[in-house]
Amino acid sequence: MVQLTLPKNSKVKVGKTWPKPTGANNIRKFQIYRWNPDDGENPRVDTYFIDLDKCGPMILDALIKIKNEIDPTLTFRRSCREGICGSCAMNIDGINTLACIYGMDEVQTDVVKIYPLPHMPVVKDLIPDLTHFYAQHASIMPWLETKTNRPAKEWKQSIEDRKKLDGLYECVMCASCSTSCPSYWWNGDKYLGPAALLHAYRWIIDSRDEATGERLDNLEDPFKLYRCHTIMNCAKTCPKGLNPAKAIAEIKKLQLSRAV
Amino acid sequence: MRFLTDRKRAEGMGAGGAGSQHHWKMLVSSILMVVMVPLFIIVMGSAIGRDHADVLAYFSRPVPALVAGLGLIVGIRHLMMEANEAVEDYVGGVKRKLTIVAVTAFCYSLMAAGLLALLKLAV
Repeated sequence: MVQLTLPKNSKVKVGKTWPKPTGANNIRKFQIYRWNPDDGENPRVDTYFIDLDKCGPMILDALIKIKNEIDPTLTFRRSCREGICGSCAMNIDGINTLACIYGMDEVQTDVVKIYPLPHMPVVKDLIPDLTHFYAQHASIMPWLETKTNRPAKEWKQSIEDRKKLDGLYECVMCASCSTSCPSYWWNGDKYLGPAALLHAYRWIIDSRDEATGERLDNLEDPFKLYRCHTIMNCAKTCPKGLNPAKAIAEIKKLQLSRAV
Repeated sequence: MRFLTDRKRAEGMGAGGAGSQHHWKMLVSSILMVVMVPLFIIVMGSAIGRDHADVLAYFSRPVPALVAGLGLIVGIRHLMMEANEAVEDYVGGVKRKLTIVAVTAFCYSLMAAGLLALLKLAV
């Protein structure tokens, strides 16, 4: 359901401003959301200053520099540093993206504002709780379902059928799309969201999968699938350049071809 | 506090088995609106500025009366389905069900009032 105001204990306060690095000429200001579940305080926004001459070009480089050299309590997820693992998804300059592949020069404003992915419970600082998101992904059965006996060697697939998976299999489940979707904000408990539906479509159109009917049955629901109103935030924000809205539209077309 | 597994919470009560029919009806209704809205505007626009007797004579002709009537039915039915969709988006629980009933009742009342007014002009 829609929420127009933040609960009292989620209102964001002004936090600590850390000192500027001495002797630096090329400084960039960072404002970063902080929240610690253990201190009982409201969230706050801390201000940091980074010497860009001694920092890598990506937002994640700046976050790692802050954690290593300024404030070791700053908490965020990161792993691969090349846009493959999806761990470092966060809201940077108002855009949900991966900190590791988002350059500091891409930020349009002087101040780099970094928040966790929106409308998700926060575990700490920039780490959202993705438990429900992952459970929704599991619910679409992201694996090959077959009824035919397993072939002696492998499940074969033509080159043309394999090409249908392009633009779908690349999703790294970073949750940038789902957390940018207003429908997912308001009805995320029932609506599967762009990421899970993109994966659902990936398995529906896989020529080797034999559970197409069951998969479509599981999505035949006013909330699971039809909360998508083609707002397209998902396609705009996807750091991998994918188009979940198109995948959702394709599922709707398949549903209609069964029903009408 | 309920001790539900994450998967149980995500699955809920399973798929409702509906949605595609509503989606299809909205598509059909949208296509009808593309045709009906310009016709409705033309018909209603033609009646503007005429005196009372002229308007009565105008709507007693079958084409303007039918276009106005169909415009009302198609338009308000589309409005009702879209408004209920918005209610489902933004309102939850019992309030959702009550609001849907209220919106539906309002739209049918609006349609009935419009058709009655048109009938009084046409007959």
